Amino acid sequence: MKLVIAVIKPFKLDEVREALSGIGVQGITATEVKGFGRQKGHTELYRGAEYVVDFLPKIKLEIAVDDDLVDNTINTILKTASTGKIGDGKIFVLELQEAIRVRTGEKGKEAL
Amino acid sequence: MENQLIELAYALDTLYFLVMGAFVMWMAAGFTMLESGLVRAKNTAEILTKNISLYSISCIMFMIVGYNLMYAAGGSGIVPDLALFLGTDNSTTDVIQSGGDVYYSSIADHFFQVVFVATACSIISGAVAERMKLWPFLLFCVFMTSIIYPVQGYWKWGGGFLDEAGFMDFAGSGVVHLCGAAAALAGVLVLGARSGKYKDGKPQAMPGSNLPLATLGTFILWLGWFGFNGGSELIISNVVEANAVSMIFVNTNLAAAGGVMGALILSKLMFGKSDLTMALNGAIGGLVSITAEPLAPTPGLALIIGAIGGLLVVFSIIALDRMKIDDPVGAISAHGTCGVWGLLAVTLTGGTLSTQIYGALVIFLWTFIASYIVWSIINAIFGLRVSMKEEEEGVDISECGLEAYPEFSKSFNGGPSVYPKK
Repeated sequence: MKLVIAVIKPFKLDEVREALSGIGVQGITATEVKGFGRQKGHTELYRGAEYVVDFLPKIKLEIAVDDDLVDNTINTILKTASTGKIGDGKIFVLELQEAIRVRTGEKGKEAL
Repeated sequence: MENQLIELAYALDTLYFLVMGAFVMWMAAGFTMLESGLVRAKNTAEILTKNISLYSISCIMFMIVGYNLMYAAGGSGIVPDLALFLGTDNSTTDVIQSGGDVYYSSIADHFFQVVFVATACSIISGAVAERMKLWPFLLFCVFMTSIIYPVQGYWKWGGGFLDEAGFMDFAGSGVVHLCGAAAALAGVLVLGARSGKYKDGKPQAMPGSNLPLATLGTFILWLGWFGFNGGSELIISNVVEANAVSMIFVNTNLAAAGGVMGALILSKLMFGKSDLTMALNGAIGGLVSITAEPLAPTPGLALIIGAIGGLLVVFSIIALDRMKIDDPVGAISAHGTCGVWGLLAVTLTGGTLSTQIYGALVIFLWTFIASYIVWSIINAIFGLRVSMKEEEEGVDISECGLEAYPEFSKSFNGGPSVYPKK
């Protein structure tokens, strides 16, 4: 099993979510985060004082998937979350040691 | 029949006082929303608590001692007589016998006046926001509403020496707004700037947490100001007065509009951006500017007076920041700088410049010095400023033990994720 972590632009959330449901992903966790990569921030102005906003709003998705779904998941995210402009985000893939469903205690693939 | 008309006029004018007074009371909500919108989330509950408490204290202290100090029956013209609590109202016989000279309830008069002193106090709360302890602030309000404000109010509206000198201040550009701003300035100087506000001499942005609330508050103040200026005509029950009140409403409205556009255009020219918070301060500045004389100017002139107020607000905010005088909501600029301008603008339609300057100086010096002393004493005994840890955590936690927005996730360090420009 893998844990796919994807940081994407906030307005892409619905599109990504729908597409992932379409390929058989049954659960996603989404968090509002702030982040930056090589995308620099921008300058804002408040009552005559300038300040730089480095951290920009993003959405972080955490998706636990079985190994045979990983590639499809990644490709789906790449297709739907991309705008072609900097700040589109990143995907990280972690090895997932265990997954357990709280309600039933099911483990492993059955829990996903 | 004649008696019925006298009673009817009495009732109408009393009603007018009460309704206009209620409008001015609503300005307390306006200040509360404006201030809470311009402070950071972690300091919001505290400023809400401060505003509703200072309003309450103002009402209490003004009833106990302030009102009678300000409208003392006797007094030398400089030192008013002391009397406690409120007296009795006019009887029907008194009113009829006066032939209509006594034309409104004296209790209604108290109600109308108490909401003005509350306005003066709430000017202070914004300037000292985010780093002052709550109860020492409320203690200052006790002195402000029982002595500092009433004494200078007596000098003008109570018939004291400023009034005798011919000083003109229709609804309180000086007596209310400059007074409040002077007390605020004294407080800010004793208190110091917010931690991290000035770095290498440059002001750091600390954006407000809720601009919709700030805008709502400004609109509420705009509405309340119709009571503030309109009610200060003190009578409506004949053609001349009804027309006067109407003109006051129109001029007040136009001054605010001029203030908004003046500040917004200047913000665009100076910063390249249309800063909403400057526009909001501009509305207030415009309103303050017309408050010393909202009846005499033509609508066109009222518009210009307000617009100049809007320009002055922006310049004043920048200037205060340059002097490292930290005023999170621009209260000192909107009420102080524009309060002075309002007093001087009276000379465009009447009065004399020297008398207006005299009055402005007297009000400012009395209030500033008396306030500075009281602030300093409170600071020496109780301490005015919260600790560094409390300031970082937010005064909501330290003073109120609760948060204004408990379900919103905290961003880094409990404040906006912004960094000063390098």
